[in-house]
Amino acid sequence: MEQKSYYHSVMLEKDKCKGCTTCLKHCPTEAIRVYGGCAHIIKERCIDCGACIQYCAYHAKVAVNEPMDKMAQFKIKVALPAPTLYGQFKGLKDVSRLLDALIAIGFDDVFEVARGAEYVSKEIKKRIDNRHVHNGMPLISSACPAIVRLIQVRFPELLDNVVDVISPMEAAALAARKRVCQNMSAAPEDVGIFFISPCPAKMTEARAPQSIKKSNVDGVISIMEIYGKLNNAMKDCRHFDHLQNAGSIGVGWAQTGGEMLAVGVENSLAVDGIENVIQALESIEDGDLSDLQYFEGLACVGGCLGGPLTFENPYVAKNRLRKLTENMPKMQEHVKNLDEPELTDEELRTTVLLQPNATLQLDNNFSVALQKMEQVETILRHLPGLDCGSCGSPSCRALAEDVVDGFAVEMDCIFKLKAELHRMSRLMVDISEKTRV
Amino acid sequence: MPLINERYDVKKDDFVSAGEASAKIKRTLKKLGADPVVMRRVSVCAYEVELNLIIHSLGGCIDFTVDSDQVTLLVTDIGPGIPDLDLAMSEGWSTASEEVRNMGFGAGMGLPNMKRNADAFEIQSTVGVSTTILMKFKLAA
Repeated sequence: MEQKSYYHSVMLEKDKCKGCTTCLKHCPTEAIRVYGGCAHIIKERCIDCGACIQYCAYHAKVAVNEPMDKMAQFKIKVALPAPTLYGQFKGLKDVSRLLDALIAIGFDDVFEVARGAEYVSKEIKKRIDNRHVHNGMPLISSACPAIVRLIQVRFPELLDNVVDVISPMEAAALAARKRVCQNMSAAPEDVGIFFISPCPAKMTEARAPQSIKKSNVDGVISIMEIYGKLNNAMKDCRHFDHLQNAGSIGVGWAQTGGEMLAVGVENSLAVDGIENVIQALESIEDGDLSDLQYFEGLACVGGCLGGPLTFENPYVAKNRLRKLTENMPKMQEHVKNLDEPELTDEELRTTVLLQPNATLQLDNNFSVALQKMEQVETILRHLPGLDCGSCGSPSCRALAEDVVDGFAVEMDCIFKLKAELHRMSRLMVDISEKTRV
Repeated sequence: MPLINERYDVKKDDFVSAGEASAKIKRTLKKLGADPVVMRRVSVCAYEVELNLIIHSLGGCIDFTVDSDQVTLLVTDIGPGIPDLDLAMSEGWSTASEEVRNMGFGAGMGLPNMKRNADAFEIQSTVGVSTTILMKFKLAA
């Protein structure tokens, strides 16, 4: 395999891992193997979706957190709250209160990612309106980094359809840095931009972006980590109304269908939950959804509100978000002057072409792949087909592939092992009975 | 020469399993890293023919073969056979029942669609005996 460095935000704490098969069975890219009593992540395959974090009963799968001390490295610190953050707090009636609390805990400015989402929504709408060549497949949202990575791994043919607009997080980071540099006459390198994230995939996106050269985000803090501090800080908050620049259109992006609604095209589809997204992408790939203009796919059930690093139950958070946005203007610019810089079309465009990641293919060479497939099929015929995962591979087929690649042996299958032990014990009895002594 | 040769049995009226054989075929081609355009054409044809077996035949099977330069789908059923092949190959013509049409199938596009997507398409039918379809897809070197 080509040597490439893979940065990941999902990690395993070996001490906590019991070596069970829960994560193994839930990984959408078959990136986990269990051996030596412990799970291992195949880094080439991992898309940082965080499914393993959510399913691990022992909390052995964790996200690599950026320590909040990193903030101290910068003269001016800007918080970029994901709209998901708004749904985490019981009794929160006014978003400004929360934004104010971010200032109270040490940030110098706040720029809402929901506002970034509003820039992005407009830009995506333009892409759809100006799309003259239609290849029978919709444009695909680039908002969920786990889905973009899933497409790189499992649906490389669809990469050209992923919309070439930067993510709301990046748009917000860009606008925030510009604003701070203008208003506080700061040098860009003195400004530290911190995204407050519902998921590990966004952490990876900030550290190792796929579609831009370098992220404008300097650090990522999980919602889980900052929740307590914010909750405390909100108790005695003043109000800085001017911090709230996003309307319900942008805030809605936190949940499934919010982006679709914000982009506002008639034939669009929003799907959440990575298995459901895989099914939808299969249909798109087969050309079954040829009338579709836009597809929003989110790895987590409930959208970002269901992210592995959130505090609140996604359904509760969704209801809170509904109440919060009920009385919010669609766009704040309709009701007040916004203190923010313009972002050009050029700035909102991605700069690096998404590359396929063919790590699930048996081999890069077709003839070799064919040979391997033939061997896989032969081995598979002798496996029980239970897909129990006891061997440490997620399915019998995956074990057969691992055997062909030299990472496992057929006797890793406990049913094969048992049959073999049975045969050998019979043999031993036979031998012992046939001897004269 | 290495060769993948898989047989998928398809039962009459088995709508519950519809699409499973073609999904497996697609997955295999993906694992092999076959050209995505070819993969898509094969999977369209495999799906169409799988549905045809369920809807129109008394049951049959799909033999899926891959070698270094082509993919082959050989489809054989056990009847009832097609009386007028020219008519069956024309777009919009279908003998599907009202019930099947209500399920969204039977638009009469299946066979023409297969012919359009395959690099080579042959169909033979004997009424009362069987229908055989052979489809070949070239793989880029």
